Amino acid sequence: MSLADLTITEAARGLRERRFSSRELVDAVLERAAQTEAELHAYLTLDHEGARRAADQADEELASGTDRGPLHGIPIALKDNLCTSGVETTCASQILAGYHPPYDATAVRRLREAGAVPVGKTNLDEFAMGSSTENSAYGPTRNPWDPDRVPGGSSGGSAAAVAAGSALGALGSDTGGSIRQPASLCGLVGVKPTYGLVSRYGLVAFASSLDQIGPLARTVEDAIAILEAIAGHDPADATSWAGEVPDFRAELGRGVEGLRIGTVTELSGDGYEPAVSEAVASMVAELEARGARVEEVSLPTFDVALSAYYLIAPAEASANLARFDGVRYGLRVPGATTEEMMARTRAEGFGPEVIRRILLGTYALSAGYYDAFYGQAHRVRTLIARDFARAYERVDVLVSPTSPTVAFPIGERTEDPLAMYLSDICTIPSNLAGHPAISIPIGLDDAGLPIGFQVMAPALAEPLLFRVAAEVERIAGFDARPTGVAP
Amino acid sequence: MSWEPVIGIEVHVELRTDSKMFCGCAVSFGEEPNVNICPVCLGLPGSLPVPNRRAIEWITEIGLALNCRISPVSVFHRKNYFYADLPKNYQISQYDVPVAHDGWLEITVDGATRRIGIERAHMEEDTGKSIHLGGGGRIHSAEATLLDFNRAGVPLVEVVSRPDLRSAAEARAYAQELRAIVAELGVSDARLEEGSIRFDANVSVRRSGSEDFGTKVEIKNMNSFRSLERAIDFEIARQVDVLEAGGVLVQETRHWDEEAGVTRGMRTKEGSSDYRYFTEPDLVPMVIDERWQDEIRARMPELPAARRARYRGLGVDPQTAGALVGAPEAFRRLFDEAVEAGADARAVANWITGELVAWARREAVDPSTVAVTGAGLAELVAMVAAGELSASAAKDVLDGMARGEGSARQVAESRDLLQITDRGAIESAVDEVLAEQVEAVQRYRSGETKVVGFLVGQVMRATGGKADPRAVNELIRAKLDEA
Ligand SMILES: [Zn+2]
Repeated sequence: MSLADLTITEAARGLRERRFSSRELVDAVLERAAQTEAELHAYLTLDHEGARRAADQADEELASGTDRGPLHGIPIALKDNLCTSGVETTCASQILAGYHPPYDATAVRRLREAGAVPVGKTNLDEFAMGSSTENSAYGPTRNPWDPDRVPGGSSGGSAAAVAAGSALGALGSDTGGSIRQPASLCGLVGVKPTYGLVSRYGLVAFASSLDQIGPLARTVEDAIAILEAIAGHDPADATSWAGEVPDFRAELGRGVEGLRIGTVTELSGDGYEPAVSEAVASMVAELEARGARVEEVSLPTFDVALSAYYLIAPAEASANLARFDGVRYGLRVPGATTEEMMARTRAEGFGPEVIRRILLGTYALSAGYYDAFYGQAHRVRTLIARDFARAYERVDVLVSPTSPTVAFPIGERTEDPLAMYLSDICTIPSNLAGHPAISIPIGLDDAGLPIGFQVMAPALAEPLLFRVAAEVERIAGFDARPTGVAP
Repeated sequence: MSWEPVIGIEVHVELRTDSKMFCGCAVSFGEEPNVNICPVCLGLPGSLPVPNRRAIEWITEIGLALNCRISPVSVFHRKNYFYADLPKNYQISQYDVPVAHDGWLEITVDGATRRIGIERAHMEEDTGKSIHLGGGGRIHSAEATLLDFNRAGVPLVEVVSRPDLRSAAEARAYAQELRAIVAELGVSDARLEEGSIRFDANVSVRRSGSEDFGTKVEIKNMNSFRSLERAIDFEIARQVDVLEAGGVLVQETRHWDEEAGVTRGMRTKEGSSDYRYFTEPDLVPMVIDERWQDEIRARMPELPAARRARYRGLGVDPQTAGALVGAPEAFRRLFDEAVEAGADARAVANWITGELVAWARREAVDPSTVAVTGAGLAELVAMVAAGELSASAAKDVLDGMARGEGSARQVAESRDLLQITDRGAIESAVDEVLAEQVEAVQRYRSGETKVVGFLVGQVMRATGGKADPRAVNELIRAKLDEA
């Protein structure tokens, strides 16, 4: 087995036992990338030099007794919508081709401070708008379990990299499921933390009230290690949680006995692949067998969550993406006047899905339509939060499939935006409520494609979330490795 | 049939906080372009705004000074429009829940005091500056445009009046009073020439007695109180002319051309006014609770209206009180000190607003460095009242005091300006003159009473001008009449 296939926890132990160096770990990961990238295209930028330098520094520090914790010397991939000082950050868009930010995102800086070694910037749907990583201006990423299929999205590059072994863990961003859905499709653990727990400073905004940075990893414990490094108040983000960060490990190992677990009526039925429904049902039965009290809960507003999301997120995006105008940075397409220059730059610089959402959002905010669309969507958002609150009076956590389907073939949904949008039906409610949620791999379907199990919890209840997730992980015993790409 | 103007004023006040509204960049003017910039105020991808607490306190002060209600929870919105000097292509502003709302401001024009409604005062960020090269500096014919983002993100307070103003003179008085308030609060440089306070006017006219509003025209580009007044007067006349000729007004924005003395419609097409406001998701609502409001209120200085009322209460006439309110701070302090030292408030106010202000201006001296003290001024006023100094001698004494030559009495003595107050000395001088001027005395007695003036002049000459001419006059008449 290659060092590239270790979990973060295993690698951290190996580093401290001097069985290998961070440099060897990073070289193994870069070698895996060299073997797989031509096919997978998980990365937009691989920073060989920077990664090796950071690894050497980590080795020196560890040798001299400076230990920065579980991520020290660990190669991590960064979604390319996270600003990295001096390293190109494109959001997979032509409009930011060649853009080198002058600063590190807070989450990136904290990873560096924890000793992690950023290996590169991963592919995504342009500006994180999509569920398949096919909307990248630089070409799609493929799923390591089956290169003819998508890895999910929008953090598909991060998911593919961790699944393939070209990183041990990764950061993604989750606006409507963009961490959990690709984690599910690639057989990984993916966490969307409570809104505000991780600073958004330096995350190129898609929908500010929904975006949250989080980890993709091979195990729950690995995900916790990454989250521990990046969570916490940031004075540069006015929406960041100023209170104490919960102890994510506080409830680990307590099992599920006595816990009340709710299954969601609205997140089942038609449209869910039988293999997915069956795997989820059997996991629920296992949890019940271990002492959990399972009950079905109805959250009726979940039926309109997708509609509300596709008004709120594009509305915010229409303003967030207005700054890409060719005036100060990024692509500029000349025009006779300033207005013409801006219009041409945006028409050529943005891909079709981004333009679709900007138009949708602009329309939803326009005079005469605001109340019927954006205003109404906000009222729905309030009602969803109320539905969650009511459900959490009866149960401690909610569970569901992460995605209605396993990884779908490349090209299958590109011509049908609505079908694509349905990929996020299970994940969107947690974003609208600002609650934490996690996807854990629980098995494979008949074609050998991973299935993800979602656990949702109230705001700041990450310790409970991880407790249940760890138990799901233990029960599933999922240790399969991608078969689609030969390392 | 006559026409009634309806005017509302929008004022933009740049706050002079140390740092910008949403980032740590310095607020300073007149620097090299693009030196006070960072990822936030340049709108770089991924950057986020963090509100400036001081700016929130200062807009609250402005709101309280304008008798507004302060929103306990106030919300930022995004105002969306594309413009090259607007880094994010939206401005963080406020929409339906401004920091301050529903206040008023009193103005006095021609002796009549009116209360002008304040609709709102809200917080926003300033834009950068565009400099158009070639083509006469106009955007549409420019060869290139340079951008300076030093000003981008500077905290800006917009104060919107209700359409309560009825003349250009009232609009001017309102603008001046508002400027005096922000200057007094010390929250802005409030300099019209530098654009740190900017006035736009909404002007319409309607038939006298009508309750409906006419078509509103916004006028911009007035950079003095005088041009504000002139522009509004011009615009009122223009609108009346159009309507009386049977024409129709269009709702538009017009620029004031100072040199030509006219307003001109902007040739550019009016952009859509749909700003697609929505709640700024990068910021949480601002909570300005009662306790914070009380803290802010306690720190506020005495405001012009309160000060004016206090001066009136001390017996100062309205016009002088108004002048004193507008006098430099050092002179206002001098007034308070002189009154405290026992001086007659009315007389001190006259001396300060009349003589001292003119003296400082004539000599080009910074008021805060003038050597006069409150006690000194009180002494001067008392000496005039006691007849020890004539009015013209007192001006000389004040000049000496202002130059640091000593107290009023010291200056009066060293410059030899004291009047003779000893009645015996005056009497003997009168007696001498009457004895000498036999012919004049006879003319008086034969009914030519105006000859008294000549006799007074002779006494004044004999006393070297130091006798009180009124006392001399009385004494001469008394002596001639009794004989
Ligand atoms: Zn700045």
